[in-house]
Amino acid sequence: MSGGSAPVKTNYRECVRAAIREALQNDERVFIMGEDIGRYGGTYAVTKGLLEEFGNDRVRDTPLSESAFVGAGIGAAMGGMRPIVEIMTVNFSLLALDQIVNNAATYLHMSGGQLNVPVVIRMATGAGRQLAAQHSHSLENWYAHIPGIRVLSPATLEDARGMLWPALEDPDPVIIFEHVGLYNVQGEIAEDAGPVDIRHAAVRRPGKDISLISFGGSLPKALEAARLLAGEGIDAEVVDLRVLRPLDTPTILASVRKTHRAIVVDEAWRTMSLAAEIMALIMENVFYDLDVPVARVCSREVPIPYPRHLEEAALPQIPQILEVARKMVSQGVNHG
Amino acid sequence: MSAKRASPALAVEKKHAHHLLREMIRIRRFEEKCAEMYTATKIRGFLHLYIGEEAVAVGVMQSLTAEDALLCTYREHGHALVRGVPARSIMAEMYGKLDGCSRGRGGSMHLFDVSRRFYGGNAIVGGALPIAGGLALADKMQGRDRVTAVFFGEGAVAEGEFHEAINLAALWNLPVLFCCENNQYAMGTALDRTESETDLCVKAASYKVPAWPVDGMDVLAVEEAARKAVLSVRAGGGPAFLEFKTYRFRAHSMFDPQLYRSKEEVEKMKTERDPIHLFTDRLQAEALIGPEEIAVMEKEIAAEIDDAVDFAEKSPWEPVEELGRFVTSEEAR
Repeated sequence: MSGGSAPVKTNYRECVRAAIREALQNDERVFIMGEDIGRYGGTYAVTKGLLEEFGNDRVRDTPLSESAFVGAGIGAAMGGMRPIVEIMTVNFSLLALDQIVNNAATYLHMSGGQLNVPVVIRMATGAGRQLAAQHSHSLENWYAHIPGIRVLSPATLEDARGMLWPALEDPDPVIIFEHVGLYNVQGEIAEDAGPVDIRHAAVRRPGKDISLISFGGSLPKALEAARLLAGEGIDAEVVDLRVLRPLDTPTILASVRKTHRAIVVDEAWRTMSLAAEIMALIMENVFYDLDVPVARVCSREVPIPYPRHLEEAALPQIPQILEVARKMVSQGVNHG
Repeated sequence: MSAKRASPALAVEKKHAHHLLREMIRIRRFEEKCAEMYTATKIRGFLHLYIGEEAVAVGVMQSLTAEDALLCTYREHGHALVRGVPARSIMAEMYGKLDGCSRGRGGSMHLFDVSRRFYGGNAIVGGALPIAGGLALADKMQGRDRVTAVFFGEGAVAEGEFHEAINLAALWNLPVLFCCENNQYAMGTALDRTESETDLCVKAASYKVPAWPVDGMDVLAVEEAARKAVLSVRAGGGPAFLEFKTYRFRAHSMFDPQLYRSKEEVEKMKTERDPIHLFTDRLQAEALIGPEEIAVMEKEIAAEIDDAVDFAEKSPWEPVEELGRFVTSEEAR
């Protein structure tokens, strides 16, 4: 856990890099591989400088063979290493689904508990950079559907810095989603910031009137919406899911029990989304605590388009969150 | 290296010859029993028999040490047996019982024995190939001179995972032995109906991987080819590719009516190319084995298989309460 040292200015990208660097320094079983992570420095420049520092053996440029290098990560993990596999975007990870879903996620159970797969797979996700329909999707829910893997979504600098090490210590496969819109987010973090919990959701802003439940690239939008709502006298609580599988159900439910209203903000398409799952959890468990039906703000059901105005129109935006929140609060029974 | 033996005389000592024969017969009889138990509905799901291909697993395994890793397909009962996974725990696995080598959870297609570095039956064609590269990478990075042998059918050569995995293994000089079991039919589709280039060694060689065709019905030819290939791989020569030309005598699975090949073709192969008959005939011709010794061998194997069936019958079912165990390690604790 982070100590009390003086805060330093940094950004999300540097936090991810610092975490990888520290892992490479601390454990010789750790290595990283992926497309363009070495000589090029990483598509999102996350791994810049690591090849020079750690060499070709531990910072491995791979062919454009998602299935082979993700599978190699799984195999190397079985062979005693602690690989970090970087996939350029979640869209490309579909080329490695066989390895992740059929092998990594099944081996422990299918082998009757014999075979652990301590691999960590990092990938970029999400839209907002005008990269169109094959680089911009949010498919976290695809992976969160699969028993046998842990799915993490660091949305803060502390989580970007601190989730990797516990993920490497996990004896099972872990997938870490880094939203492309977060890489340039700046802020301050304790100089000695270190490992964080990878089991629980976090309340990022306490409030009493409505719960905004979100994760990843949508979290900053939820927080900004909460700030604006506060100016209108609406006290929103913001829950950052952080861990998408297994979900921290108690934290979600506790928030809704307190506020009696909930909006899920999820950049994925609404149909069959994580938002849908969280709404179902709320309905199953705290239905009678609700003042109004649960709502969600998700992406429009279209492949994410290239031009900025259409891309923005496709994604969840702060005005939508505000509109839904105002409506829910104005409708609701006041529990005081 | 040549796939053909230099001399017609058997360059094999008696004890070893008996071992090879015994292992092939063990697989054959074990699987015949499996087919019987399938008909008796003791074994369910898919059952893919290796009968006709025994010489490949037996021959290759002679060059692998206990430290080497093994990955196989869903047609892996023979490999598991020769690797030393007890017949009891394999049969119990086929039954789906708790004492099976995967607690009964995998069944016929997913035999695992990590203590013997037997990393499973994989039921996705080509799915084990990238994993093999990773196991080999771990060995290389940790300075161990171990070999990872991965078995796959010729059907897998059509998968992208084959090409991705063999390229990566060659690029990174990984100690992987690629064992292609070419039984001529990918389920029911002959090689020339699916591949523009049917010479599989050409494909492997295009990745700069040394590749040799081998008569997969000749256990000594298999053993010799594997011995040379494993030596090279273990010495740091990078991956090698062996194409074992073989034939599946039984249907693809128990559901397969075999409409894609003629009865005559199958009968001809059984009559002329049976690896057990061929080897037995050669041993007898050179007076390295006699009918009494074969009878004793058969009797001992029958006893082992009867014991395996008895064990499987008596093994308990995993309690339903344990269904959720081992999804993650946390739940396993």
